[in-house]
Amino acid sequence: MRALDPTRLLAMARKEVLQLRRDPRSLILAFLLPVALLVFFGYAISWDVSDIRLVVVDQDRGAKARELLDGFRASGRFAIVGRLERTADIGPLLDRGQARIVLVIPPRFDADLGAGRTAVVQAIVDGSDANTATIALGYAQAIVQQFSARALFQTRRVRLPVTAATRIWYNEELSSRNMIVPGLVAVIMMIIAGLLTSLTIAREWERGTMEQLASTPVSRLEVLLGKLLPYLAIGLVDVALCSLLGVVIFRVPFRGDVFFLMGASFAFLVGTLGLGLVISALARTQLLATQIGMIATFLPGFLLSGFMFPIDNMPLVLRAITYLVPARYFLVVTRGIFLKGVGPEVLWSEGLLMVLYAFAGLGLAAHSFRKELG
Amino acid sequence: MRLPERFDRLVEMVHKELIQVFRDPRLARIVLVAPVLQLLVFGYVVTTDVRRIPTFVVDQDRTRASRDLVQTLAASGYFRIVGRSDRPRDLVEALDHGRAVAGVDVPRGFARDAARQAATVQLVFDGTNSNTATVGSGYAERIVMAYALRQGSPGRSLPVDLRARAWFNPNLRSSDYNVPAVMGQLLLILSLLLTSLAVVREREAGTLEQLMVSPLTAGELIIGKTVPFALLGVFEMVLITSVALFWFRVPFQGSFLLLLPAGLLFILCMLGAGLLISTVSNTQQEAMLTSFLVIMPVMLLSGFMFPVSSMPVAFQWLTLLNPLRHFLEIVRAIFLKGAGLEALWPQYLALLVMGAGLLSFATTRFHKTVS
Repeated sequence: MRALDPTRLLAMARKEVLQLRRDPRSLILAFLLPVALLVFFGYAISWDVSDIRLVVVDQDRGAKARELLDGFRASGRFAIVGRLERTADIGPLLDRGQARIVLVIPPRFDADLGAGRTAVVQAIVDGSDANTATIALGYAQAIVQQFSARALFQTRRVRLPVTAATRIWYNEELSSRNMIVPGLVAVIMMIIAGLLTSLTIAREWERGTMEQLASTPVSRLEVLLGKLLPYLAIGLVDVALCSLLGVVIFRVPFRGDVFFLMGASFAFLVGTLGLGLVISALARTQLLATQIGMIATFLPGFLLSGFMFPIDNMPLVLRAITYLVPARYFLVVTRGIFLKGVGPEVLWSEGLLMVLYAFAGLGLAAHSFRKELG
Repeated sequence: MRLPERFDRLVEMVHKELIQVFRDPRLARIVLVAPVLQLLVFGYVVTTDVRRIPTFVVDQDRTRASRDLVQTLAASGYFRIVGRSDRPRDLVEALDHGRAVAGVDVPRGFARDAARQAATVQLVFDGTNSNTATVGSGYAERIVMAYALRQGSPGRSLPVDLRARAWFNPNLRSSDYNVPAVMGQLLLILSLLLTSLAVVREREAGTLEQLMVSPLTAGELIIGKTVPFALLGVFEMVLITSVALFWFRVPFQGSFLLLLPAGLLFILCMLGAGLLISTVSNTQQEAMLTSFLVIMPVMLLSGFMFPVSSMPVAFQWLTLLNPLRHFLEIVRAIFLKGAGLEALWPQYLALLVMGAGLLSFATTRFHKTVS
């Protein structure tokens, strides 16, 4: 008997589709969830830090101090929400969370500038959210530095021999949305694909229908592929929908090739769906399968894929683990296609790794399935 | 009916649930191991510290001045040189491939122009990660300026120096902020998902009817179903706090006695939500997908990874309805600021109201669906 017969495979896939259709909620969720998540999070989450609440302690009150503050105001990043007379009031202010950053301009600011001494301006920042604090300090530094360069020229007639000209590529307006939306496509698909299939075999075990399936002429590979095909189709439609919405609603540039995106999605989905099948075959109960599925997809998808947190910054052990996360590769592909407009000539290594992953996922699924059934 | 008898029945019910949860040792292992794993990952990964940015250098000048400049950038610790070349085309390729996210292009004639005070060095940043590009370009520009000042007029210093001091978290360690917050994530997933699945499983297996014909009242049934997960939740809280304190050395300024009631109130909210989901789901798959639909927004709109203050105003209002947002505020304030009830009572109150509301609504619906 052949291990893979197209007729039996299609019959198996049809059975799975029928089962899905009988469960309209799962079907609706499979299509709507990714789209809803993308729209929702595309709007809601952002790392663009703006309107940082700034309070000023101006002990100088000179023209130069005002000029520096104008720089903060004009940047659009800070909102000057108040002034304080005494530095002793800073503590209570930060405790109550009324300011995120307090700028202290020293009494002899103007005089120091004129005399060629370095004037020290203090920035006291609420460090409890270290990330936001770092970004806010980065903006503050940039503003002070611009002021500094101007002061150098105006008051001391010093011309700098070297200047830096900075250009930003791919995401010229530095909007975090352009980074988040293509990334979300990859992360959401990893979670959805993993979750969709993680239950499907466990359910057959729990209901006792697995033994029935085993007694039919359907081979294991046909069972696996039959379960995979409908979800693969759903996943491909999901990717297309999400990408379309990203471009239409969020105006994220799409500079690459649609067909390459779909090809890469195909490989990615097969691998991730395979992973879900492995979990499902091993777990045997739906309760356990969901728990493992969540841990195996949710966390790695969001954290270990480079979605928001650069892989370069991670400790060595975690960096090694990221190579096992398929979303890591898919993310490079989606961002490359959306923002950089590059194709297979650049992304071939990621594409190849995803194909490898797909084969590994399928092979592992077949193996664990055989062991459980045998 | 006598009270002790009812109590006995409750204990029996809780006992049965605990047996059922732990009958599968793999589930027990997951409940124990997952939190620690997640803590480690969150603690190490969730950081936006910008350092060691992979940088590609194109030096078309090949003079001492150009090498000095590149060396200054590398020595700062913010930039890690991953490749060098003298052709700008290689820089484009390195950024396209993602091998580098920053580029320095020193043009031909740089040293000569610098002597005439008119040299320009090109800095290129991959804007894909807007955060790295913003902070990194700031660092690079500052370093170039300091370099220029040293070259142009040695002995001079910058006119204005900005000295930063951080309160509550002087070293600006991201893990101090994020590790305690993992508690919220784990309690969320654990109590919501397990509760909803545990109830639906009985319905799927048909054992819910059996329980209904037993002398247990619906109230006792609900308590019996939820108490085991509440116990698990408290256990996880202690576990996470220990790992945070002893492994990550997160400072703990406040009191655990304040943390515990906050955790219980939050668990109450999640048990209510889980029960509610179970009343609208017929299969475990439905329950899981619905739970998931709830967990994602609750997690991402809590201020956990994405600060609430960066959201559009409408979403900022929406987060007030999110129990996790209030719980995280309490957790972070207790860990980092040592805040007490006088500062945190609004959050406690919000959790209490939401918990009571969710649970009573869920109980009413549960009554309806079983009878």
